[in-house]
Amino acid sequence: MKDINEDIAWAKINTDVLKSLENPRKLYWVILAVAIAMIAVAVGCETYQYQMGMGVANMNNPHVWGLYIATFIFWIGMSHSGTLLSAILHLMHADWRKPIYRFAEAMTTFSLMTAGLFVMVHLGRLWQFYYSLPYPNERGLWPNFQSPLLWDAMAIFTYLSSSILFLYVGMIPDLAICRDNIHSGWRKKLYTALSLGWEGTDRQWRNFRVTYLTIACFLIPLAVSVHSIVASDFAMSQQPGWHVTSFPPYFVAGALYSGCAAIITLFIILRYVFRFEEYMTLSILKKTVRLTFAISMVWTYLNAVEFASVWYSHDVASKAVLIQKATGTYAPFWWMMIFCGSVVPLILAFKRFQTNIPVLLAVSLLLNLGMWLERWMIVAPTYSHGYYPWTWDHDQWPSFVQWGIVFGSFGWFTLLFMLFCKIFPSVSMYEVKEMVYHRTLAKKNLGSAKGAH
Amino acid sequence: MSVSNLLENWAEFRHTHPVDDVPHDPYKWAMSIDLDACTGCNACSVACYAENNLPVVGKEKFLHGQSMHWMRIERYWDEDGRDFPDQGAQFLPMMCQQCEAAPCETVCPVGATNHTPDGLNSQIYNRCVGSRYCSANCPFKVRYFNWYDYPTTDNVWPAEMSQQLNPDVTVRGKGVMEKCTFCVQRLTSAKNTAKNEGRIVHDGEVQTACQQACPPGAISFGNLVDADSKVFKQWKAQHVEIAEFEQAKDRGEQDNKLRGYRILEELRSYPSVMYLERVRETAV
Repeated sequence: MKDINEDIAWAKINTDVLKSLENPRKLYWVILAVAIAMIAVAVGCETYQYQMGMGVANMNNPHVWGLYIATFIFWIGMSHSGTLLSAILHLMHADWRKPIYRFAEAMTTFSLMTAGLFVMVHLGRLWQFYYSLPYPNERGLWPNFQSPLLWDAMAIFTYLSSSILFLYVGMIPDLAICRDNIHSGWRKKLYTALSLGWEGTDRQWRNFRVTYLTIACFLIPLAVSVHSIVASDFAMSQQPGWHVTSFPPYFVAGALYSGCAAIITLFIILRYVFRFEEYMTLSILKKTVRLTFAISMVWTYLNAVEFASVWYSHDVASKAVLIQKATGTYAPFWWMMIFCGSVVPLILAFKRFQTNIPVLLAVSLLLNLGMWLERWMIVAPTYSHGYYPWTWDHDQWPSFVQWGIVFGSFGWFTLLFMLFCKIFPSVSMYEVKEMVYHRTLAKKNLGSAKGAH
Repeated sequence: MSVSNLLENWAEFRHTHPVDDVPHDPYKWAMSIDLDACTGCNACSVACYAENNLPVVGKEKFLHGQSMHWMRIERYWDEDGRDFPDQGAQFLPMMCQQCEAAPCETVCPVGATNHTPDGLNSQIYNRCVGSRYCSANCPFKVRYFNWYDYPTTDNVWPAEMSQQLNPDVTVRGKGVMEKCTFCVQRLTSAKNTAKNEGRIVHDGEVQTACQQACPPGAISFGNLVDADSKVFKQWKAQHVEIAEFEQAKDRGEQDNKLRGYRILEELRSYPSVMYLERVRETAV
């Protein structure tokens, strides 16, 4: 199986990809309307919560963090695979990433934008959000640089701005193609402005390569640090069940895992909707699936490490939390997390399922369900069985406000992603051409080598 | 605060960690609670509500765990299945332990909770953004969040009682964290009086509301630096050291005649409240 067919004409690549920017079908508007309705639910819930106070989210004294923090970690995690595909695999010269990294990178940016909202939704005094940023002010007040939450705020802002820059820079040659092929309307103006006068001269290409590589190198340590810092929110606290040294790598593995699963989901949807079968080939899907399988096993291993280190640590409180997770109120969710995160991915080990699209769609959604549950199972059980016995068994089920905002966040992500797909080329045209060219070269060399023989 | 000041004096902001051997001078507020004397009558809790303008949230919110009792009486039953009235209730008054190395202080993103030179763990309501990280990291779960806007929307202080609020204490709005302050308004006023008279606060000159209300006098409060204070004598008699994470009682010294301990000491947050173990065996 080939990653891409070397016979595709370059002009065809342009036509095929630009077609995805044309007027959408009816279904697009329907899904868009659903997404907006979901956002409306979330906005309604948030307005209510803003007016009334955080109490309507049904949090209480031990349970001060709820679904907001869990879902925040989920969306931050989702953002990691874009960077994996576009930056790490770029440095490793993995050609197969080329047709799929653009939408993965967009996914990174949009999931970060969603995650950022959850931090705000979570705050008791949303209107004082800026207090947690180190801005110069006349009162000389600074945030607390010891707090992992502050590192979070800074890491996320840095990662978000770098991701947007990376997404944009990588798109410039494609935006120029759009500019040259679209002759009127707001799109022409938009592409003209955004393509920054790109003409494809040698000098431009050289500068472009250097810039792209530099941002890629900058982004990789950022991606790792962002999720390590999110893990520090828990690992650096002293609560049983959170105070685990292996949390940073565990969180990073979990992040790559859910991100890869989301890439499979979006891959299948885009491939079907835009008829990108020639670019998003089954061979590439297979590689993504294998990558996901490998990461799922790393995640499973780190999970086992966490359980084992808690079990053998003789730390009574941490052990009690672990037992409570497996047998207490949250047991169904916890076991479901183990099932979705460690058992379901075993299907991906079988060759015949690695290209079976309906199975993969279902599996990728289940994996992400498992990863969402994982985050919830990190946050919630510690509160119901912490150090202090007075707080035990105060279970607090999140109210419709929390569920509504979590639900709406998926609509928000869908909306951003759908708008992106219709405004920007979701397959990198110039890199697919490169890939086709590489293959042609390889074939030619093979031919000439044969001839010489 | 300029950036250079921040870089040079950063350590100053957190200097009162007990292991740094920085003495509290001239005050280190501390408490001791005799569990043998405590009858679980809840008078301390009521006094705290009155003194500190705590909102009375009502039955429904109380059941949701959203109550605001800075001082709470915890009730534990003996586990041998006896029925009322023989089930052997044990009571534990619990409030902010004013830890010396407080887990809540380091995690606050905006620095809204800080250590004062007289050994209190202070909360700056105006600075709080409501991330609730302090509460998440508090081992005792004694921090209370304003889940609703109590002063305006909820009828927590009935209109006919508008004059009952304590004018010395701020009324907190929605979305900020609050907790026991050791009645800091009383401490401040006592310290000011003493300062004007060129002395330090005498033992017994200032009482916390809970101490004042406790019928059997189970709660003692005072200055741990002052060798004449009752609290100092109690801590000394029990061999309880503020900078230790295990006390003589737990080491089994003096044939276990000692009763003094602090809760969850092994976490090394160095609480300022000493509890005296109960010696009675009968139910209250």
